[in-house]
Amino acid sequence: MPRWAQLTVLPALNLMAALLVTGLVTWFIGEDPWECLKLLVHGAFGYGEGIGYTLFYTTGFIFTGLAVATAFHAGLFNIGGEGQAYLAGLGVTLVVLAFDHTLPPIVLVPLCILAAMGFGAAWAFIPGWLQARRGSHIVVTTIMFNFIAYSLMLYLIGHHLIEAGSQNPTTREFGQNAWIPALHQVAAGMGVTLPSTPLNLTFVMALLACALFYLIVWHSRWGFQLRTVGVNESAARYAGMDVGKTIIIAMCVSGALSGFAAINELLGSTHRMNVAFTNGVGFVGIAVALMGRNHPVGIILSALLFGALTQGGLELSFEKPVITREMIIFIQGLIILFCGALENLFEPFIAGLFKRKDDK
Amino acid sequence: MTEFAIELIGISKRFGTVLANSDVSMKIARGSIHGIIGENGAGKSTLMSILYGYYQADSGDIKVNGQDVRIRNSQEAINLGIGMVHQHFMLVDTFTVLENIVLGAEGGLVLQQGMEQAREHLKQLNRDYSLEVDPDAVVGDLGVGLQQRVEILKALYRGADVLILDEPTAVLTPQEADHLFRILRALKEQGKTVILITHKLREVMDITDGVTVMRAGTVVGNVVTADVDKEKLADLMVGRKVTLKVDKAAAKPGAAVLDVRGLGLTDERGVKLLDKLDFQVRAGEIVGIAGVSGNGQSELLEVLAGMLEPTEGEIRYKGEDLAKTRSGLPKAAAWRRKGIAHVPEDRSREGLVKAFSTFENAILGYQGDKSLSRRGLFSRKALLARTREFISQFDIRPGNPLLRVGLLSGGNQQKVVLAREIHANPDLLLIGQPTRGVDIGAIEFIHKRLVQLRDQGKAILLVSVELDEILALSDRILVMAGGQITGEVSAEEADTVSLGLLMGGHKH
Amino acid sequence: MEQLFSLLDSTIRVATPLILAAMAGMFSERSGVVDIGLEGKMLIAAFASAAAAFTTGSPWIGMLAGIMASVSMAMVHAFVSVTYNGNQLISGMAINTIASGITPVLGLAWFQQGGNSPQLPDEARFHEITLPFADALRDVPVLGQVYSKLISGHSILVYLTVLIIPLVSWVVYKSRFGLRLRAVGENPHAADTAGVSVARVRYISLFWGGVLCGMAGTFLSVYQTGSFIKEMTAGKGFLALAALIFGKWRPVPAVIGCLLFAFADAVQIRLEGVAIPGIGQIPSQAISVIPYVLTVLLLAGFVGRAVAPKAIGVPFVKSR
Repeated sequence: MPRWAQLTVLPALNLMAALLVTGLVTWFIGEDPWECLKLLVHGAFGYGEGIGYTLFYTTGFIFTGLAVATAFHAGLFNIGGEGQAYLAGLGVTLVVLAFDHTLPPIVLVPLCILAAMGFGAAWAFIPGWLQARRGSHIVVTTIMFNFIAYSLMLYLIGHHLIEAGSQNPTTREFGQNAWIPALHQVAAGMGVTLPSTPLNLTFVMALLACALFYLIVWHSRWGFQLRTVGVNESAARYAGMDVGKTIIIAMCVSGALSGFAAINELLGSTHRMNVAFTNGVGFVGIAVALMGRNHPVGIILSALLFGALTQGGLELSFEKPVITREMIIFIQGLIILFCGALENLFEPFIAGLFKRKDDK
Repeated sequence: MTEFAIELIGISKRFGTVLANSDVSMKIARGSIHGIIGENGAGKSTLMSILYGYYQADSGDIKVNGQDVRIRNSQEAINLGIGMVHQHFMLVDTFTVLENIVLGAEGGLVLQQGMEQAREHLKQLNRDYSLEVDPDAVVGDLGVGLQQRVEILKALYRGADVLILDEPTAVLTPQEADHLFRILRALKEQGKTVILITHKLREVMDITDGVTVMRAGTVVGNVVTADVDKEKLADLMVGRKVTLKVDKAAAKPGAAVLDVRGLGLTDERGVKLLDKLDFQVRAGEIVGIAGVSGNGQSELLEVLAGMLEPTEGEIRYKGEDLAKTRSGLPKAAAWRRKGIAHVPEDRSREGLVKAFSTFENAILGYQGDKSLSRRGLFSRKALLARTREFISQFDIRPGNPLLRVGLLSGGNQQKVVLAREIHANPDLLLIGQPTRGVDIGAIEFIHKRLVQLRDQGKAILLVSVELDEILALSDRILVMAGGQITGEVSAEEADTVSLGLLMGGHKH
Repeated sequence: MEQLFSLLDSTIRVATPLILAAMAGMFSERSGVVDIGLEGKMLIAAFASAAAAFTTGSPWIGMLAGIMASVSMAMVHAFVSVTYNGNQLISGMAINTIASGITPVLGLAWFQQGGNSPQLPDEARFHEITLPFADALRDVPVLGQVYSKLISGHSILVYLTVLIIPLVSWVVYKSRFGLRLRAVGENPHAADTAGVSVARVRYISLFWGGVLCGMAGTFLSVYQTGSFIKEMTAGKGFLALAALIFGKWRPVPAVIGCLLFAFADAVQIRLEGVAIPGIGQIPSQAISVIPYVLTVLLLAGFVGRAVAPKAIGVPFVKSR
């Protein structure tokens, strides 16, 4: 079957299978799947504010999706996006808490972004280095690093970064110098009125990152190296590529991309860090990358899907209290199963449809 | 009971568009050693896989001891008394010999009892066939020859009356091969039937009673060994005169391009893979390295290509000590830039990325070429232009640069690699198994091309396990055995006997 | 002394589900199938067993339901890994995510308690068992105390686990199935040519893995807390995986790993807020992080070297 069909028809069928199972479960718990779907779509796209929130969530998912995809291209399964985003948040917070009253936004925000990328990359560097130089399996190491990151942050927030006098494990609010402007503010500056949502300029960065990702992975020497290492390590070695270095850099890039999820959340929306700010964004990235088949266009689309599921799901849970955020996690799991583990499950069934065209 | 242990009648098997076996029939007498010979891809292995239950034939019948049988999996084959010794041994390295032997035939839910019985039985078998295998040795610690005997024991332990051996001598030294043949003769004396798959004519002549010759999936001859000679078999097997000849003038070698001094490679277990090699390759000559596979040739190529770090010695290229090169690049890349090209032995594992399109494979190893990139990004136009050039120069088919290279035939894949490696106009070409899995037309093309390169003044180091190829192309021949160079002969004085002796480790 | 007993006692409690899950992981991974889905299987079993125990009032029916739920997940994993030759890591990840999602969804729909199950009534739970003469021997120094305070007074699941450890060890090393299991994980091609069905061995291994994970999950909800709580496994599946690696994929060392990690956990709870002379207060996170750090160091070969079964994670496709 032609490649375009493999890249479009199969993911669509996989998604449908996942949604079908979700529909069955919805029906099983006594709700009308069709009605829920309508409410969900309306919540996500039906009005301006909903769209804003959808795209806000999409932003983080694009970054973690790209992060997972980068590692996938190098043949690595980076489960550590969550921990990497977490640590990136630490980097951002440290910079902000130190400088938000002294540095102007034009210096502070880029500095924060560098800190996020640096901390994210550093947290991914160690598993990458261990894989490349010591042969320890990246999946197990990144899982362990998620737990280590969680413990570390729990400790730091609980004992050092906590707002003085606060009972909640969160930092103080960031100074306004560290806020990334929301899109509705930018639009207002240009005389356009948009509903007030946390959607911010990080979204633009996400789209830029996708374009850059495409160019680098498919049209640059380093991308060529990355993909070669990913599918055939011996050929990479033969071609004079430094396999270990490529793996390490791929992990660092992956970690740095995950870091942007922290930027989106902390500087774009909450303006303070609490213990649970990542909220699974790194794990969603796995589903996004798998469904998007590690291609930026696919990643944007599947990140949008998850953005919509998150936002629409929240709206839905107001109408239908029995359907909660966990339903989205369930769908995420099904998508990982169908789009990832069983990605070509339907190929034999539909390959026949394309046969005749091939023969011509 | 008939006199035939195995009868195959009209076996056909198709894989996709490839007809691997077409109407294959043969009868194998009980208590005989039967050879099945044919070139790579003649369908021998497929046929035996059908007999051993890995594949089901699309049509045709199998009789074992005169009875019609259906063999749906290897367990059924074992039950019918058929045993198989694979080319790549099917042993669990971490298990002892005994554990390997009882695996799948444990004789009960609890191991202990079966193991004790097996130990006794093993003693008996060891005695009967002088196999000399220690049942408590860990298989991973054993040498190749012994591992093969473990495989034979495994089959015998399961009561095999028919033993299939797939290219058993490919990995053995001549001494080990002789030992194996003694074992096979002993098996025959005990009434066992042996099927020997090989492409070595000498073996067939030495040891078999009957031979089936296969070519392109069909049987082209079922003969009694005593009635034929080597030449006749070779003729049947190849379907043309085997005398592989490449027209070439005498070499006019110039200065040494490659100068190897005291080169050694010792692995982490202390085994010497390369042992103090000294040789030169001069401009305008082809130096062939002959030897049974696994005697250090592969490692030599990888060391010379900068993919493996030697543990001692010096490699001089055009007078310069390569170890002293400082470029910040991995050695393989740095040396390639200096003009050392490398066609690797294993095309699909190293030389190509099968999932990539032809045009991406056409730059593998040369991705750093300045002419391919503009402002850090590849110029697609330049990549495609280079690929089209290769396609027309080397007549690569299908000539679509965007096609995945894995879809090309072996010969065309090899042409992609060769075209790529020659393109940079290297001074030294390292080439391993240039025609492995390559069709006949492409073989001639590739051979001619290599001679042309030589005549242009390139230095060529050729590693091949095909003696014919070595003899046809080389100006000088070095023979490797056990990681050492056991001798050097010029092309004129070389013959298979002298080379065979050197390959077996007899030094000049 | 009392301190020590209570420390060891809670070590046993914490270790039991870890041991069950680690044994489950061992069956799976020794057969060559990576199992990062232990967490998800435990979680879904914890939910199913609590739900069934609550509905029927029988802890045993609860356990059966837990096992069935866990096994069905294991069979999904088996289908992906063995039949379909898919990516085992992704499949494991999917199982974890699905379990995280479906348990609160069903929990909320059935019990309307925010995704948790109601507290189980007494008769629907497993209880501590007092072994014979435990009370009588309570005052006998050392041995009597060990018997009555440490050995006696656990759930039937703990005693089952104690029996399961030697059983698993025996199966792996002394039985026909164990030989095949180890062969399939090291060199499936060798096993296949010897007439062993790789698929069958892997399915059976994953099945028993499912059963053991089911028991582990049941232990958490039907015995330990007496109800299902969202995300109640809280990384125990990964901890078990860490212990398995710590034990280099061997049963008894893996059990020791579980006991060690459980001991660290017990110590951590007791050290919360306690200042140690000379050191001061140790943050609890510093202790809870130990197993994970240890696993990373082990895998990297800085402290010993953990070498996985050779064929792990590689789908078995017949050669040629």
